[in-house]
Amino acid sequence: MEEQRRARINRLKWHCRRALLELDLVFDRFWERYEEDLDAQGESALESLLELEDHDLWALVSGRDATDDPQLAAMIERLREVSPIANFE
Amino acid sequence: MTYTVRKFDAVIVGAGGAGLRAAIQLSEAGYKTAVLTKVFPTRSHTVAAQGGVAASLGNSEEDHWHWHMYDTVKGSDWLGDQDAIEFMCRKANEVVVELEHYGMPFDRLDNGKIYQRPFGGHMSNFGEKPVRRSCAAADRTGHAMLHAMYQRNVKVNTQFFVEWQALDLVRDAEGDVLGVTAMDMETGEIVVFHAKATIFATGGAGRIYYSSTNAFINTGDGVGMAARAGIPLEDMEFWQFHPTGVAGAGVLITEGVRGEGGILRNSDGERFMERYAPNAKDLASRDVVSRAMTTEINEGRGCGPNKDFVLLDITHLPPETIMKRLPGIHEIGIQFAGVDCLKEPLPVVPTCHYQMGGIPTNYLGQVVVPKGGNQSEPVHGFYAAGECACASVHGANRLGTNSLLDLLVFGKSAGETAVNDLRASVKAHKPLAQEAIARTLARVDRLNNQKDGADVHETRLAMQRTMQKHAGVFRFKDMLAEGVKRIDEIAGQVAQTQIKDKSMVFNTARIEALELDNLIEVAKATIVSANARTESRGAHVRDDAIDTPETPDGRDDRNWLKHTLWYREGNRLDYKPVQMKPMSVDTIELKKRAY
Repeated sequence: MEEQRRARINRLKWHCRRALLELDLVFDRFWERYEEDLDAQGESALESLLELEDHDLWALVSGRDATDDPQLAAMIERLREVSPIANFE
Repeated sequence: MTYTVRKFDAVIVGAGGAGLRAAIQLSEAGYKTAVLTKVFPTRSHTVAAQGGVAASLGNSEEDHWHWHMYDTVKGSDWLGDQDAIEFMCRKANEVVVELEHYGMPFDRLDNGKIYQRPFGGHMSNFGEKPVRRSCAAADRTGHAMLHAMYQRNVKVNTQFFVEWQALDLVRDAEGDVLGVTAMDMETGEIVVFHAKATIFATGGAGRIYYSSTNAFINTGDGVGMAARAGIPLEDMEFWQFHPTGVAGAGVLITEGVRGEGGILRNSDGERFMERYAPNAKDLASRDVVSRAMTTEINEGRGCGPNKDFVLLDITHLPPETIMKRLPGIHEIGIQFAGVDCLKEPLPVVPTCHYQMGGIPTNYLGQVVVPKGGNQSEPVHGFYAAGECACASVHGANRLGTNSLLDLLVFGKSAGETAVNDLRASVKAHKPLAQEAIARTLARVDRLNNQKDGADVHETRLAMQRTMQKHAGVFRFKDMLAEGVKRIDEIAGQVAQTQIKDKSMVFNTARIEALELDNLIEVAKATIVSANARTESRGAHVRDDAIDTPETPDGRDDRNWLKHTLWYREGNRLDYKPVQMKPMSVDTIELKKRAY
């Protein structure tokens, strides 16, 4: 079971390697903070976000765009929260 | 450890712009073509290219490929090969129109022609005044380009191997290239891709520096693999730095910020650019600003606890101007510096942006090496294009929008040459070189079984910090010499990296260790080449290269108008002449590079 989870997490982690440095940096911080706490719902939301094109994903993470899906919105919130914006606000 | 073998006519490593363009050529000609890529093709770093692609279409005003050629030679500080530059500039219109036919949504003029905008360094009539030469698709040119070319590849049946890490080049005793070894990230399985033609299009290695605008995937895999296989690396001392990357993050802050009135300040709050460039001040050219910033930091006037950055101040500008004209910058400041740029200045440092050197090729995309008195003998079965290759069109400094042009022209050219070579060659694959495969297996085995070894993350960080400090934007004799020693020590640690996670499925720790094997080759090549070149030229600027009438701005044509070749074996250097003779026109004669 533990091995299966590790495989799933490792796959997600690799899918977080993006074309834009901005996203790489956000995901780097995300995994540092959330690797242990990510539940099935979180994994699925992250998986959906990772299907997006990089520019569209960055528009969501940087707050220039928004999503109606509450699960995705919650994950975007986490991605925003791991950046220094939390200290600033 | 076991492996399987798969046979293809051609294998291409990398699915960014250059790899996709090369693949179209081979698949359209009916050759069985495999493209290996670490990430899904449309997530390649080409996505980050926004500026456009240069072509002298002349849609808005008169333009000519010869003017474009002149600009590129001058931009390269005369280190670019003039035959390759003529070839690229003459081919530009053709590859842009082809791309349009593949479905690329270029911005258009009212008359339906492709819209063109001006870009730094691109001029009309041999340097007279700026010209509109860049073709773009809003601010998503690279992204749109990848989509158009990926769709075309799907149509012509290119076989993609997505999430595969190429490991090593397979060369036989005669030096011919017979394919690559690669690892399927999903299973950890090792496969030999046995091919008659192997094309590298793996992009740059900007991650050798601590501060880089490059995405994490840019680890110079092709460059490292070529070096390990005995191919020399050309002009690796030349890296383009952008003056304003966010300190500690690398994210690019566009020149537009200074264009809108942004001011650079040191720890005393002084607008220091007034001392370095009294007229242009903060808007002086990229290399001038980068050098001034580095001087301030080196002389102790940097900011922050480590005094290692300067400040970009826009707090004097009306907030509505910033939010309207520079909206992305506010977000970037908040996300990556924790700074609200409306109220506080942004911490910035000169940041590595583009690799001008790489695997030596000619304008046909063939990888060339010195052999038996010939300076540029093609390596059978091996081709390269894009940022990993050195054709050499960018020489010592690349012009904006010439990188997308490079990958289209030389991606196509490499594919076309491979097609011609396949048509002319014997039908069968040459027997595989077992020794080369054994080296890959031994490398992976070593990593899997290493005990008491070095931590990958810490070792990579040590390399990046050393490169930033010792071979950054402004270079000093003693620092370079010390950096060569330090990088050599770090290379020793890279040879003994250890991973804790030994799992097979998407083992990111293993992938990162294998990437570090490639990065370190690029770091060694860069610092050894930079240490030896005692002049200043383009992006390579040394403190000890003196400005005299014979060596204007430290550029020493008498001794240094030549390409560097670094060999991994023995960490040794060789040199070869710059091709000053174009294909059809007169040589663009040497003169001081001034704008």
